[in-house]
Amino acid sequence: MNLADYAAAHGLSQIGTRPRLMEYLSQAWERRDFALTMSIYASESANARTRLGRWWLVLLPSLQAFAYGLVFGLILGDLRPPNFIPFLITGVFLFSFFSGSFSSGAKAITANSGLLKTVSFPRILLPLSAVIREFINFLPQLAILALVMVAFGQQITWEWLYLIPITLLMVFFSTGLAMISARLTVQVKDLGKLVPFITRLMFYSSGIFFEIERIFAGYPELLAIAMFNPVYDFISLARGALINDMQTTAFLWIVSSIWAFGIFIFGVFFFWRAEARYGRG
Amino acid sequence: MDVASETKTPVVVVDDVHVTYQVFGTGKKATAEKGKSAKKTRVREVHAVKGVSFVIHQGETLGIVGSNGSGKSSLMRAIAGLFPATQGAVYTLGKPTMLGVGAALLPNLSGEKNITLGGLAMGYKKKEIDEASDSIIDFAGLREFIDLPMRTYSQGMSARLRFSIAASKKHDILIIDEALAVGDRKFRLKAEDKIRQMRQEAGAVLLVSHNMKSIQNTCNRVIWLEKGELIMDGEPQAVCEAFISSMEKGDGD
Repeated sequence: MNLADYAAAHGLSQIGTRPRLMEYLSQAWERRDFALTMSIYASESANARTRLGRWWLVLLPSLQAFAYGLVFGLILGDLRPPNFIPFLITGVFLFSFFSGSFSSGAKAITANSGLLKTVSFPRILLPLSAVIREFINFLPQLAILALVMVAFGQQITWEWLYLIPITLLMVFFSTGLAMISARLTVQVKDLGKLVPFITRLMFYSSGIFFEIERIFAGYPELLAIAMFNPVYDFISLARGALINDMQTTAFLWIVSSIWAFGIFIFGVFFFWRAEARYGRG
Repeated sequence: MDVASETKTPVVVVDDVHVTYQVFGTGKKATAEKGKSAKKTRVREVHAVKGVSFVIHQGETLGIVGSNGSGKSSLMRAIAGLFPATQGAVYTLGKPTMLGVGAALLPNLSGEKNITLGGLAMGYKKKEIDEASDSIIDFAGLREFIDLPMRTYSQGMSARLRFSIAASKKHDILIIDEALAVGDRKFRLKAEDKIRQMRQEAGAVLLVSHNMKSIQNTCNRVIWLEKGELIMDGEPQAVCEAFISSMEKGDGD
Protein backbone atom coordinates (compact mmCIF):
# COMPACT_ATOMS: atom_id res chain seq x y z
CA MET A 1 0.00 0.00 0.00
CA ASN A 2 1.57 3.28 -0.96
CA LEU A 3 1.10 6.51 0.97
CA ALA A 4 -1.44 8.01 -1.44
CA ASP A 5 -3.75 4.99 -1.08
CA TYR A 6 -3.19 4.94 2.65
CA ALA A 7 -4.20 8.60 2.88
CA ALA A 8 -7.26 8.02 0.71
CA ALA A 9 -8.30 4.98 2.78
CA HIS A 10 -8.40 7.15 5.91
CA GLY A 11 -10.31 9.96 4.26
CA LEU A 12 -7.44 12.46 4.00
CA SER A 13 -7.56 14.96 1.17
CA GLN A 14 -4.67 16.47 -0.74
CA ILE A 15 -3.58 19.91 0.31
CA GLY A 16 -2.45 22.80 -1.88
CA THR A 17 -4.46 21.82 -4.91
CA ARG A 18 -6.87 24.14 -6.60
CA PRO A 19 -10.48 23.48 -5.52
CA ARG A 20 -13.17 23.20 -8.16
CA LEU A 21 -14.50 26.55 -9.30
CA MET A 22 -17.91 26.39 -7.62
CA GLU A 23 -16.42 25.11 -4.38
CA TYR A 24 -13.82 27.87 -4.54
CA LEU A 25 -16.41 30.58 -5.05
CA SER A 26 -18.53 29.28 -2.19
CA GLN A 27 -15.48 29.26 0.13
CA ALA A 28 -14.83 32.85 -0.92
CA TRP A 29 -18.47 33.79 -0.31
CA GLU A 30 -18.26 32.37 3.23
CA ARG A 31 -15.42 34.78 3.97
CA ARG A 32 -16.90 37.81 2.24
CA ASP A 33 -16.73 39.70 5.57
CA PHE A 34 -12.95 39.59 5.23
CA ALA A 35 -12.94 41.28 1.80
CA LEU A 36 -15.41 43.92 2.92
CA THR A 37 -13.68 44.71 6.22
CA MET A 38 -10.27 44.81 4.59
CA SER A 39 -11.43 47.31 1.98
CA ILE A 40 -12.98 49.57 4.61
CA TYR A 41 -9.80 49.50 6.72
CA ALA A 42 -7.56 50.09 3.72
CA SER A 43 -9.69 53.00 2.59
CA GLU A 44 -9.55 54.51 6.07
CA SER A 45 -5.81 54.04 6.51
CA ALA A 46 -4.91 55.35 3.04
CA ASN A 47 -5.53 58.92 4.07
CA ALA A 48 -5.20 58.54 7.82
CA ARG A 49 -1.84 60.30 7.97
CA THR A 50 -2.93 63.37 6.02
CA ARG A 51 -4.54 66.42 7.60
CA LEU A 52 -7.50 66.51 5.27
CA GLY A 53 -8.08 62.78 5.69
CA ARG A 54 -11.02 61.46 3.76
CA TRP A 55 -11.61 64.77 2.01
CA TRP A 56 -8.85 63.69 -0.34
CA LEU A 57 -11.28 61.20 -1.83
CA VAL A 58 -13.16 64.11 -3.41
CA LEU A 59 -10.38 66.68 -3.52
CA LEU A 60 -7.98 64.70 -5.64
CA PRO A 61 -10.32 63.90 -8.54
CA SER A 62 -11.67 67.46 -8.43
CA LEU A 63 -8.17 68.88 -8.72
CA GLN A 64 -7.43 66.46 -11.53
CA ALA A 65 -10.54 67.49 -13.40
CA PHE A 66 -9.63 71.13 -12.87
CA ALA A 67 -6.12 70.60 -14.24
CA TYR A 68 -7.32 68.67 -17.26
CA GLY A 69 -10.09 71.19 -17.88
CA LEU A 70 -7.59 74.01 -17.87
CA VAL A 71 -5.01 72.28 -20.04
CA PHE A 72 -7.25 70.61 -22.58
CA GLY A 73 -9.70 73.47 -22.61
CA LEU A 74 -6.89 75.72 -23.87
CA ILE A 75 -5.19 73.25 -26.19
CA LEU A 76 -8.29 71.95 -27.89
CA GLY A 77 -9.77 75.35 -28.63
CA ASP A 78 -12.51 74.88 -31.21
CA LEU A 79 -12.26 71.10 -31.03
CA ARG A 80 -13.70 71.29 -27.51
CA PRO A 81 -16.87 69.22 -27.27
CA PRO A 82 -20.05 71.08 -26.27
CA ASN A 83 -20.75 71.08 -22.51
CA PHE A 84 -17.02 70.65 -22.07
CA ILE A 85 -16.84 70.62 -18.27
CA PRO A 86 -19.64 68.05 -17.66
CA PHE A 87 -18.23 66.02 -20.58
CA LEU A 88 -14.71 66.05 -19.15
CA ILE A 89 -15.58 65.47 -15.50
CA THR A 90 -17.74 62.44 -16.32
CA GLY A 91 -14.80 61.00 -18.22
CA VAL A 92 -12.16 61.74 -15.60
CA PHE A 93 -14.17 60.43 -12.65
CA LEU A 94 -15.30 57.22 -14.30
CA PHE A 95 -11.84 56.60 -15.62
CA SER A 96 -10.37 56.93 -12.14
CA PHE A 97 -12.55 54.01 -11.00
CA PHE A 98 -11.29 51.79 -13.83
CA SER A 99 -7.66 52.75 -13.50
CA GLY A 100 -7.86 52.49 -9.70
CA SER A 101 -9.28 48.96 -9.90
CA PHE A 102 -6.68 47.94 -12.44
CA SER A 103 -3.71 49.22 -10.44
CA SER A 104 -5.03 48.16 -7.01
CA GLY A 105 -5.74 44.73 -8.46
CA ALA A 106 -2.17 44.56 -9.69
CA LYS A 107 -0.95 45.12 -6.14
CA ALA A 108 -3.57 42.99 -4.40
CA ILE A 109 -1.42 39.86 -4.24
CA THR A 110 2.09 41.26 -4.48
CA ALA A 111 1.62 43.81 -1.68
CA ASN A 112 0.11 41.40 0.85
CA SER A 113 2.84 38.80 1.19
CA GLY A 114 2.73 38.97 4.99
CA LEU A 115 -0.86 37.82 4.97
CA LEU A 116 -0.37 35.29 2.16
CA LYS A 117 2.51 33.57 3.91
CA THR A 118 0.59 33.25 7.15
CA VAL A 119 -3.05 32.49 6.49
CA SER A 120 -4.61 30.35 3.80
CA PHE A 121 -7.92 31.62 2.43
CA PRO A 122 -9.36 31.95 -1.08
CA ARG A 123 -6.95 34.44 -2.64
CA ILE A 124 -9.66 35.89 -4.85
CA LEU A 125 -10.77 37.88 -1.80
CA LEU A 126 -7.74 40.16 -2.15
CA PRO A 127 -8.44 41.59 -5.64
CA LEU A 128 -12.11 41.62 -4.71
CA SER A 129 -11.35 43.72 -1.67
CA ALA A 130 -9.28 46.06 -3.87
CA VAL A 131 -12.31 46.67 -6.10
CA ILE A 132 -14.61 47.25 -3.14
CA ARG A 133 -12.14 49.83 -1.87
CA GLU A 134 -12.09 51.58 -5.24
CA PHE A 135 -15.87 51.51 -5.27
CA ILE A 136 -16.01 53.12 -1.82
CA ASN A 137 -13.70 55.82 -3.18
CA PHE A 138 -15.87 56.22 -6.27
CA LEU A 139 -19.15 56.91 -4.45
CA PRO A 140 -18.29 60.44 -3.26
CA GLN A 141 -17.10 61.20 -6.79
CA LEU A 142 -20.55 60.30 -8.10
CA ALA A 143 -22.01 62.85 -5.72
CA ILE A 144 -19.59 65.55 -6.93
CA LEU A 145 -20.38 64.58 -10.49
CA ALA A 146 -24.06 65.31 -9.87
CA LEU A 147 -23.19 68.69 -8.31
CA VAL A 148 -20.99 69.65 -11.26
CA MET A 149 -23.77 68.74 -13.68
CA VAL A 150 -26.21 71.04 -11.91
CA ALA A 151 -23.62 73.80 -11.51
CA PHE A 152 -22.96 73.78 -15.26
CA GLY A 153 -26.58 74.07 -16.24
CA GLN A 154 -27.66 70.47 -16.74
CA GLN A 155 -31.27 69.62 -15.84
CA ILE A 156 -31.92 66.71 -13.49
CA THR A 157 -33.89 64.16 -15.51
CA TRP A 158 -35.22 60.63 -15.05
CA GLU A 159 -32.37 59.51 -17.32
CA TRP A 160 -30.00 60.08 -14.42
CA LEU A 161 -31.35 56.84 -12.96
CA TYR A 162 -29.52 55.02 -15.76
CA LEU A 163 -26.43 55.63 -13.63
CA ILE A 164 -27.51 52.77 -11.37
CA PRO A 165 -27.27 50.01 -14.00
CA ILE A 166 -24.23 51.74 -15.51
CA THR A 167 -22.42 51.69 -12.16
CA LEU A 168 -23.35 48.04 -11.71
CA LEU A 169 -21.90 47.15 -15.12
CA MET A 170 -18.76 49.13 -14.27
CA VAL A 171 -18.33 47.19 -11.03
CA PHE A 172 -18.48 43.88 -12.90
CA PHE A 173 -16.02 45.12 -15.48
CA SER A 174 -13.58 46.50 -12.87
CA THR A 175 -13.74 43.30 -10.84
CA GLY A 176 -12.70 41.34 -13.90
CA LEU A 177 -9.90 43.80 -14.60
CA ALA A 178 -8.58 43.54 -11.06
CA MET A 179 -8.57 39.72 -11.19
CA ILE A 180 -6.62 39.74 -14.43
CA SER A 181 -4.04 42.28 -13.32
CA ALA A 182 -3.67 40.52 -9.93
CA ARG A 183 -2.65 37.24 -11.54
CA LEU A 184 -0.53 38.74 -14.30
CA THR A 185 1.65 40.77 -11.95
CA VAL A 186 2.31 37.68 -9.82
CA GLN A 187 3.47 35.61 -12.75
CA VAL A 188 5.27 38.30 -14.71
CA LYS A 189 6.65 40.85 -12.26
CA ASP A 190 7.65 43.16 -15.13
CA LEU A 191 3.99 43.88 -15.85
CA GLY A 192 3.78 45.80 -12.60
CA LYS A 193 6.04 48.38 -14.23
CA LEU A 194 3.79 48.62 -17.26
CA VAL A 195 0.60 49.35 -15.31
CA PRO A 196 1.00 53.17 -15.27
CA PHE A 197 1.84 53.13 -18.97
CA ILE A 198 -1.21 51.08 -19.92
CA THR A 199 -3.34 53.37 -17.78
CA ARG A 200 -1.99 56.49 -19.53
CA LEU A 201 -2.53 54.95 -22.94
CA MET A 202 -6.14 54.14 -22.11
CA PHE A 203 -6.66 57.64 -20.74
CA TYR A 204 -5.55 59.32 -23.95
CA SER A 205 -7.32 56.94 -26.30
CA SER A 206 -10.73 56.62 -24.66
CA GLY A 207 -12.23 59.97 -25.58
CA ILE A 208 -12.08 61.40 -22.09
CA PHE A 209 -11.43 64.99 -23.17
CA PHE A 210 -12.40 64.79 -26.85
CA GLU A 211 -15.14 63.32 -29.02
CA ILE A 212 -13.75 60.34 -30.86
CA GLU A 213 -16.19 60.92 -33.73
CA ARG A 214 -14.52 64.24 -34.46
CA ILE A 215 -10.90 63.40 -33.79
CA PHE A 216 -10.99 60.08 -35.66
CA ALA A 217 -13.29 61.39 -38.41
CA GLY A 218 -10.62 60.95 -41.08
CA TYR A 219 -9.75 57.41 -39.98
CA PRO A 220 -12.86 55.20 -40.19
CA GLU A 221 -10.95 52.03 -39.18
CA LEU A 222 -9.58 53.65 -36.04
CA LEU A 223 -13.00 55.03 -35.21
CA ALA A 224 -14.56 51.56 -35.58
CA ILE A 225 -12.00 50.13 -33.14
CA ALA A 226 -12.39 53.04 -30.73
CA MET A 227 -16.16 52.51 -30.62
CA PHE A 228 -15.59 49.08 -29.07
CA ASN A 229 -13.17 50.36 -26.44
CA PRO A 230 -14.95 49.39 -23.18
CA VAL A 231 -13.76 52.45 -21.28
CA TYR A 232 -15.16 54.70 -24.00
CA ASP A 233 -18.45 52.76 -24.02
CA PHE A 234 -19.03 53.04 -20.27
CA ILE A 235 -18.14 56.72 -20.23
CA SER A 236 -20.38 57.45 -23.21
CA LEU A 237 -23.26 55.67 -21.49
CA ALA A 238 -22.80 57.83 -18.41
CA ARG A 239 -22.61 60.98 -20.52
CA GLY A 240 -25.77 59.94 -22.31
CA ALA A 241 -27.49 59.53 -18.96
CA LEU A 242 -26.26 62.77 -17.37
CA ILE A 243 -25.82 65.34 -20.14
CA ASN A 244 -29.09 66.61 -21.59
CA ASP A 245 -27.88 66.92 -25.19
CA MET A 246 -26.40 63.40 -25.29
CA GLN A 247 -28.20 60.09 -25.51
CA THR A 248 -27.48 56.51 -24.53
CA THR A 249 -27.75 54.19 -27.51
CA ALA A 250 -28.70 50.53 -27.78
CA PHE A 251 -25.25 49.89 -29.26
CA LEU A 252 -23.55 51.26 -26.14
CA TRP A 253 -25.75 49.27 -23.76
CA ILE A 254 -25.13 46.02 -25.61
CA VAL A 255 -21.39 46.45 -26.04
CA SER A 256 -20.92 47.58 -22.42
CA SER A 257 -22.91 44.65 -21.06
CA ILE A 258 -20.91 42.17 -23.11
CA TRP A 259 -17.66 43.74 -21.91
CA ALA A 260 -18.82 43.84 -18.28
CA PHE A 261 -19.91 40.22 -17.99
CA GLY A 262 -17.31 38.90 -20.42
CA ILE A 263 -14.37 40.41 -18.55
CA PHE A 264 -15.91 39.51 -15.18
CA ILE A 265 -16.36 35.84 -16.02
CA PHE A 266 -13.00 35.59 -17.75
CA GLY A 267 -11.26 37.40 -14.88
CA VAL A 268 -12.67 35.13 -12.16
CA PHE A 269 -11.81 32.03 -14.17
CA PHE A 270 -8.34 33.31 -15.04
CA PHE A 271 -7.55 34.16 -11.41
CA TRP A 272 -8.86 30.85 -10.07
CA ARG A 273 -6.72 28.83 -12.50
CA ALA A 274 -3.54 29.98 -10.74
CA GLU A 275 -4.87 29.73 -7.15
CA ALA A 276 -2.16 27.31 -6.01
CA ARG A 277 0.61 29.72 -7.06
CA TYR A 278 -0.21 32.87 -5.10
CA GLY A 279 1.52 31.88 -1.87
CA ARG A 280 4.90 31.70 -3.56
CA GLY A 281 7.68 34.23 -3.53
CA MET B 1 7.15 1.90 4.19
CA ASP B 2 5.09 -0.30 6.43
CA VAL B 3 2.20 1.98 7.20
CA ALA B 4 -0.68 -0.42 6.77
CA SER B 5 -0.02 -2.08 10.12
CA GLU B 6 -0.62 1.19 12.03
CA THR B 7 -3.87 1.25 13.91
CA LYS B 8 -3.91 4.96 14.84
CA THR B 9 -5.68 7.48 12.59
CA PRO B 10 -3.34 9.43 10.33
CA VAL B 11 -3.99 13.18 10.12
CA VAL B 12 -1.07 14.27 7.95
CA VAL B 13 0.53 12.16 5.25
CA VAL B 14 3.62 13.65 3.60
CA ASP B 15 4.36 11.64 0.47
CA ASP B 16 7.75 12.16 -1.21
CA VAL B 17 7.54 15.96 -1.07
CA HIS B 18 9.96 18.11 -3.06
CA VAL B 19 9.97 21.89 -2.93
CA THR B 20 11.95 23.93 -5.43
CA TYR B 21 12.10 27.70 -5.79
CA GLN B 22 12.96 29.72 -8.85
CA VAL B 23 15.02 32.57 -7.53
CA PHE B 24 16.50 35.50 -9.36
CA GLY B 25 20.10 35.40 -8.26
CA THR B 26 22.36 38.39 -8.44
CA GLY B 27 26.09 38.69 -8.37
CA LYS B 28 28.53 35.82 -8.53
CA LYS B 29 27.70 32.26 -7.75
CA ALA B 30 29.90 30.71 -5.09
CA THR B 31 31.01 27.87 -7.37
CA ALA B 32 31.25 28.70 -11.04
CA GLU B 33 30.02 25.98 -13.36
CA LYS B 34 32.34 24.71 -16.05
CA GLY B 35 32.18 26.53 -19.34
CA LYS B 36 29.87 29.20 -17.99
CA SER B 37 30.70 32.67 -16.87
CA ALA B 38 30.19 32.88 -13.14
CA LYS B 39 28.37 36.17 -13.51
CA LYS B 40 25.49 34.82 -15.56
CA THR B 41 23.33 33.45 -12.79
CA ARG B 42 19.94 34.92 -13.51
CA VAL B 43 17.41 32.30 -12.51
CA ARG B 44 18.64 29.79 -9.98
CA GLU B 45 16.71 26.80 -8.84
CA VAL B 46 16.88 26.10 -5.14
CA HIS B 47 15.96 22.57 -4.13
CA ALA B 48 14.82 23.17 -0.55
CA VAL B 49 13.08 19.88 0.25
CA LYS B 50 14.24 16.67 -1.43
CA GLY B 51 11.76 13.85 -1.18
CA VAL B 52 10.55 13.76 2.42
CA SER B 53 7.91 11.26 3.56
CA PHE B 54 6.31 10.69 6.95
CA VAL B 55 2.94 10.21 8.64
CA ILE B 56 1.58 12.09 11.65
CA HIS B 57 -1.16 10.45 13.70
CA GLN B 58 -4.01 11.80 15.75
CA GLY B 59 -2.88 13.53 18.93
CA GLU B 60 0.79 13.77 18.06
CA THR B 61 2.87 16.87 18.54
CA LEU B 62 5.70 16.67 16.09
CA GLY B 63 8.84 18.71 16.59
CA ILE B 64 11.00 19.57 13.59
CA VAL B 65 14.67 20.35 14.12
CA GLY B 66 17.50 21.14 11.71
CA SER B 67 20.07 23.81 11.02
CA ASN B 68 19.28 27.07 9.24
CA GLY B 69 18.31 26.52 5.63
CA SER B 70 17.61 22.83 6.08
CA GLY B 71 14.18 23.13 4.47
CA LYS B 72 12.03 23.17 7.62
CA SER B 73 10.00 26.26 6.74
CA SER B 74 9.58 25.22 3.11
CA LEU B 75 8.25 21.85 4.24
CA MET B 76 5.88 23.53 6.71
CA ARG B 77 4.54 25.85 4.01
CA ALA B 78 3.96 22.87 1.75
CA ILE B 79 2.04 21.08 4.52
CA ALA B 80 0.00 24.23 5.17
CA GLY B 81 -0.80 24.52 1.47
CA LEU B 82 0.64 28.03 1.32
CA PHE B 83 3.38 26.97 -1.08
CA PRO B 84 2.30 23.70 -2.64
CA ALA B 85 4.85 20.94 -3.13
CA THR B 86 6.58 21.02 -6.51
CA GLN B 87 6.55 17.23 -6.60
CA GLY B 88 4.92 14.67 -4.35
CA ALA B 89 1.85 15.40 -2.26
CA VAL B 90 0.60 16.25 1.20
CA TYR B 91 -2.67 14.77 2.46
CA THR B 92 -4.43 16.04 5.55
CA LEU B 93 -7.52 15.34 7.59
CA GLY B 94 -8.98 18.82 7.97
CA LYS B 95 -7.40 22.15 7.29
CA PRO B 96 -3.91 23.05 8.48
CA THR B 97 -3.20 26.49 9.93
CA MET B 98 0.30 27.86 9.88
CA LEU B 99 1.82 30.30 12.28
CA GLY B 100 5.11 31.62 11.04
CA VAL B 101 7.67 34.28 11.78
CA GLY B 102 8.10 37.27 9.57
CA ALA B 103 6.51 40.55 8.88
CA ALA B 104 3.28 41.90 10.26
CA LEU B 105 0.10 40.71 8.58
CA LEU B 106 -0.99 44.15 7.44
CA PRO B 107 1.74 46.54 8.59
CA ASN B 108 -0.20 49.80 8.27
CA LEU B 109 -3.20 48.71 10.32
CA SER B 110 -3.47 48.73 14.08
CA GLY B 111 -3.02 45.58 16.11
CA GLU B 112 -6.74 45.48 16.77
CA LYS B 113 -7.61 45.66 13.06
CA ASN B 114 -5.06 42.95 12.37
CA ILE B 115 -6.88 40.76 14.88
CA THR B 116 -10.16 41.38 13.09
CA LEU B 117 -8.78 40.75 9.61
CA GLY B 118 -6.59 37.82 10.60
CA GLY B 119 -9.60 36.26 12.33
CA LEU B 120 -11.90 36.82 9.38
CA ALA B 121 -9.32 35.33 7.00
CA MET B 122 -9.07 32.29 9.29
CA GLY B 123 -12.81 31.82 8.99
CA TYR B 124 -14.28 33.60 12.00
CA LYS B 125 -17.58 35.40 11.51
CA LYS B 126 -17.48 39.14 12.18
CA LYS B 127 -19.45 38.76 15.41
CA GLU B 128 -17.26 35.91 16.67
CA ILE B 129 -14.01 37.77 16.15
CA ASP B 130 -15.40 40.90 17.81
CA GLU B 131 -16.21 38.80 20.86
CA ALA B 132 -12.87 36.97 20.84
CA SER B 133 -10.85 40.15 20.31
CA ASP B 134 -10.58 41.07 23.99
CA SER B 135 -9.22 37.74 25.13
CA ILE B 136 -6.75 37.72 22.22
CA ILE B 137 -5.40 41.12 23.27
CA ASP B 138 -5.09 39.94 26.86
CA PHE B 139 -3.32 36.72 25.93
CA ALA B 140 -0.85 38.64 23.79
CA GLY B 141 -0.39 41.13 26.64
CA LEU B 142 -0.49 44.04 24.21
CA ARG B 143 -3.37 46.06 25.60
CA GLU B 144 -1.47 49.38 25.65
CA PHE B 145 -0.14 49.04 22.09
CA ILE B 146 -3.19 47.60 20.39
CA ASP B 147 -4.19 50.85 18.68
CA LEU B 148 -0.73 51.34 17.12
CA PRO B 149 0.02 50.25 13.55
CA MET B 150 1.56 46.79 13.45
CA ARG B 151 4.65 48.08 11.62
CA THR B 152 5.68 49.80 14.86
CA TYR B 153 5.71 46.48 16.77
CA SER B 154 8.92 44.75 17.68
CA GLN B 155 9.47 41.22 16.31
CA GLY B 156 8.51 39.75 19.64
CA MET B 157 5.31 41.76 19.95
CA SER B 158 4.32 40.92 16.40
CA ALA B 159 4.91 37.22 16.99
CA ARG B 160 2.91 37.35 20.23
CA LEU B 161 -0.02 38.92 18.48
CA ARG B 162 0.01 36.42 15.63
CA PHE B 163 0.30 33.50 17.99
CA SER B 164 -2.59 34.78 20.08
CA ILE B 165 -4.83 35.24 17.03
CA ALA B 166 -4.13 31.72 15.80
CA ALA B 167 -4.39 30.16 19.24
CA SER B 168 -7.85 31.63 19.83
CA LYS B 169 -9.39 29.22 17.38
CA LYS B 170 -9.71 25.47 17.36
CA HIS B 171 -7.54 23.99 14.62
CA ASP B 172 -7.52 20.62 12.93
CA ILE B 173 -3.78 20.85 12.35
CA LEU B 174 -1.61 23.62 13.73
CA ILE B 175 1.85 24.39 12.37
CA ILE B 176 4.02 26.66 14.49
CA ASP B 177 7.16 27.74 12.68
CA GLU B 178 9.62 29.45 15.01
CA ALA B 179 6.78 31.68 16.11
CA LEU B 180 7.83 31.45 19.74
CA ALA B 181 11.52 32.08 19.19
CA VAL B 182 11.35 35.86 19.35
CA GLY B 183 8.97 36.06 22.30
CA ASP B 184 10.32 36.60 25.79
CA ARG B 185 10.60 33.76 28.29
CA LYS B 186 7.39 34.57 30.10
CA PHE B 187 5.37 34.50 26.91
CA ARG B 188 7.12 31.38 25.65
CA LEU B 189 6.13 29.42 28.72
CA LYS B 190 2.57 30.68 28.45
CA ALA B 191 2.52 29.71 24.77
CA GLU B 192 3.96 26.25 25.43
CA ASP B 193 1.20 25.75 27.94
CA LYS B 194 -1.34 26.81 25.36
CA ILE B 195 0.12 24.44 22.76
CA ARG B 196 -0.19 21.49 25.14
CA GLN B 197 -3.78 22.51 25.75
CA MET B 198 -4.48 22.87 22.03
CA ARG B 199 -3.00 19.44 21.41
CA GLN B 200 -5.97 17.98 23.25
CA GLU B 201 -8.39 19.53 20.77
CA ALA B 202 -6.35 19.58 17.57
CA GLY B 203 -5.66 16.59 15.38
CA ALA B 204 -1.96 17.33 15.37
CA VAL B 205 0.51 20.08 16.17
CA LEU B 206 3.78 20.65 14.30
CA LEU B 207 6.42 22.75 16.01
CA VAL B 208 9.58 24.05 14.35
CA SER B 209 12.10 25.39 16.83
CA HIS B 210 15.77 25.83 17.55
CA ASN B 211 15.00 25.70 21.22
CA MET B 212 15.51 22.05 22.23
CA LYS B 213 13.90 22.72 25.58
CA SER B 214 10.73 24.00 23.91
CA ILE B 215 10.69 20.94 21.66
CA GLN B 216 11.17 18.51 24.54
CA ASN B 217 8.60 20.32 26.67
CA THR B 218 5.83 20.05 24.11
CA CYS B 219 6.52 17.31 21.55
CA ASN B 220 6.12 13.56 21.73
CA ARG B 221 7.97 12.88 18.48
CA VAL B 222 10.71 14.72 16.60
CA ILE B 223 12.05 14.65 13.06
CA TRP B 224 15.40 16.03 11.99
CA LEU B 225 15.87 17.61 8.57
CA GLU B 226 19.22 18.40 7.00
CA LYS B 227 19.76 19.86 3.50
CA GLY B 228 16.20 19.03 2.57
CA GLU B 229 16.39 15.38 3.61
CA LEU B 230 14.96 13.47 6.55
CA ILE B 231 17.85 12.34 8.78
CA MET B 232 16.08 10.93 11.82
CA ASP B 233 12.59 10.36 13.17
CA GLY B 234 11.84 9.24 16.72
CA GLU B 235 11.68 10.00 20.45
CA PRO B 236 12.27 13.70 21.25
CA GLN B 237 15.21 13.11 23.55
CA ALA B 238 17.06 10.75 21.24
CA VAL B 239 16.63 12.92 18.14
CA CYS B 240 17.49 16.16 19.94
CA GLU B 241 20.65 14.64 21.40
CA ALA B 242 21.75 13.27 18.03
CA PHE B 243 21.04 16.65 16.43
CA ILE B 244 22.96 18.57 19.07
CA SER B 245 26.00 16.32 18.95
CA SER B 246 26.09 16.58 15.16
CA MET B 247 25.93 20.36 15.41
CA GLU B 248 28.76 20.40 17.92
CA LYS B 249 30.92 18.25 15.65
CA GLY B 250 30.22 20.78 12.94
CA ASP B 251 28.69 18.40 10.37
CA GLY B 252 25.50 20.38 10.07
CA ASP B 253 27.14 23.67 9.10
